[in-house]
Amino acid sequence: MTEMTNVLIVGVGGQGIVLASDVLAEAAAIAGYDVKKSEIHGMSRRGGPVFSHVRFGERVHSAVIPEGDADVILAMEPMELLRWTSWAGVGAAACYLAAPILPVGVDAYPEGLEADIARLFPRVVRVELASIRRSVPMKVRNTALLGAASVFIPLAVDHFAAALQELSPRGTYEANQAAFDTGRALAAEQLRESADVE
Amino acid sequence: MRTRLLSGNEAVALGAWEAGVAVGCGYPGTPSTEILEALARQPEVYTEWSVNEKVALEVGVGASLAGGRALVTMKHVGVNVAADPLFTAAYTGVRAGLVVITADDPDMHSSQNEQDNRNYAIAAKVPMLEPSDSQEAREFTRLAFELSEAFDTPVFLRLTTRLSHSKSLIAPFPDGLPVRSEAPIEPGFLPDPPKYVMIPGHARIRRRVVEERMDALRALADAYPANRIEPPDDGAVGRPRIGIITSGIPYTYVKEVAPDAAVLKLGLVHPLPRRLAEQFAASVDILYVVEELDPVIEAQLKAWGIDCLGKAAFPAIGELSPTVVAAGLGRTSTAVSLQPSVPVPVRRPGLCPGCPHDHVFTELRRRGMIVSGDIGCYSLGVLPPYDAMDTLLDMGASLTIAQGMDIVAPAEQKGRIAAVIGDSTFAHSGITGLLNAVWNKRDGLYIVLDNGTTAMTGMQPNPMSGERIGREDAPSVDYQLLARAFHIPDENVGIVDAYDAVGISAAIGELAGRTGVRLLVAMGLCLIEGQKLKRVDKLNDKKAVRRELIALHPVRGVRD
Repeated sequence: MTEMTNVLIVGVGGQGIVLASDVLAEAAAIAGYDVKKSEIHGMSRRGGPVFSHVRFGERVHSAVIPEGDADVILAMEPMELLRWTSWAGVGAAACYLAAPILPVGVDAYPEGLEADIARLFPRVVRVELASIRRSVPMKVRNTALLGAASVFIPLAVDHFAAALQELSPRGTYEANQAAFDTGRALAAEQLRESADVE
Repeated sequence: MRTRLLSGNEAVALGAWEAGVAVGCGYPGTPSTEILEALARQPEVYTEWSVNEKVALEVGVGASLAGGRALVTMKHVGVNVAADPLFTAAYTGVRAGLVVITADDPDMHSSQNEQDNRNYAIAAKVPMLEPSDSQEAREFTRLAFELSEAFDTPVFLRLTTRLSHSKSLIAPFPDGLPVRSEAPIEPGFLPDPPKYVMIPGHARIRRRVVEERMDALRALADAYPANRIEPPDDGAVGRPRIGIITSGIPYTYVKEVAPDAAVLKLGLVHPLPRRLAEQFAASVDILYVVEELDPVIEAQLKAWGIDCLGKAAFPAIGELSPTVVAAGLGRTSTAVSLQPSVPVPVRRPGLCPGCPHDHVFTELRRRGMIVSGDIGCYSLGVLPPYDAMDTLLDMGASLTIAQGMDIVAPAEQKGRIAAVIGDSTFAHSGITGLLNAVWNKRDGLYIVLDNGTTAMTGMQPNPMSGERIGREDAPSVDYQLLARAFHIPDENVGIVDAYDAVGISAAIGELAGRTGVRLLVAMGLCLIEGQKLKRVDKLNDKKAVRRELIALHPVRGVRD
């Protein structure tokens, strides 16, 4: 089989999953790859879990990632990362926003969840809300997370920039690009630090 | 937009536009909704959200008969509503191309059932195309118009959620820009009563035409370019061991997991190509049929005496996936997936924080009402924290199921039965139920949850909302005048502010204690719609109109 990159973007309704995955897919298309993405709209957006599959490579058949084949999971919420881990294989990378959202009707957030994430994903970027809260406006937080995850995705920053230019809602390209750059720099720094520790 | 990454739905709209479609109509329903939304942005095309799917298909038939290509869109269960005109439109045929989109929902991501609408193509004797990606969705839309005109028949294009909402690359435009071609039919209705007036004497003649047409389509199917045999992708030469007949989205899963298989890819899924299937079956050792939901292809192959493995290997329930198809072919995945050790709680969908439906459900639950529900965001009233819905069947069924219950329910239940229905659903098929109740002198408390939009499917206007497609201002139904025309006494009718918890409680208390048909409208603008209205500077006007309606039609309830 030809080389394929599988990215799963997950979160909770309203977190901008669809736009983030649109930008990633567009970046892959601009880079010259065949690309498909798949998500489900509808009932799921009313506060339920939301997911989007993005696949690119020389030739993509299925828009759905085969279970166990995701190379990267980008999660806008820690619990949602864990919910979707079975889609990832050994050695997959993860990037997540460490901002827990308690599901309606659940009393307490599960304990030991982040330790489990650390155990499962040797390559992980954990974006603390405090680290972006002031520098990244709420509306483009999804783009900051995509920027952070981009360190694991084999596409050039120029391709992402071109996709952001194409798809950012009118008048928001600069804010989106700044958010992307912030996320990417933060992730790169984190990976450098963890490499130093090792 | 320079992007060539289109969703299946956007690609259908592009294909229809390129084919010179004159009219696009439909009723919103996931996963079909975005087709008309995309088409409505094209000024050359007349588009409308119709009152319901039956109405939409009839408008489409009329447009076709007058010489304009028409695209009619709906979700799978919408075809149930449109089935009446559909079956007889197969008899009358068309003039300009008439293409009906059925967007099926395997896995019921956003639906109340999982019906496989390929069965409608068979039952109605209408040809059906099924694309596998966005480029095919675009191409097949054009093919569907051509087929419709060539064979004088409505044509189905079947999509599924996974196709409608997936994006893939479409082929580049010749000079960088899409080209709209002129539809080949001259506008103008040409009277032809034996063809268009289906009294029994005419229909008996057309009945034969339908069968002759299907025979001609069967002959076409064997050589139709959308049906093709593909050799294995692994480059192996010689007789392939495995052959797979498939169509639509499952084709992409087959190509993903079985590069060693020869594939008969069907673009025309009704009627099926007998000779091509026989030829393909004879060229392989083991023949599989990979199709989502019902064994439609498999049953036909077996009826022709072609041995194949279908539902014995692949599930008939839910969506397929690369993983499921691989398992059905007996291939165990080598991928080792990560397994969390911490259990992850379920994240249930729910009404948005601040949703205008909140107080009505809270009050219905507090009073222990038996609630006959309907289809929309408010269907979520069945879930915690409300637990305030007892039935949900189909569009418009809330009022009528409540009526049936009331006829036979014991006395202690009678006063506790209520129906809830959204504004769009009320216009779709709730008004007929209200009329039925009045005419038959029933007792019932019917509550319209009017949030000013068709929220569940992403904010489409409806006949109650004061706008038509494209946010164009339009007349809206006056609930009070409607009730008066139906002879519902004024004291049995009220419009209350959905955000006024005390007012809602008082109104439900007052109306629950009365007899006869009672109509309560809980009017509160959907928060998401409010944001959208604000962006186009319409929010204040809309709020003012609704405040006025609430002030004009108070319910004389006791505010406790």
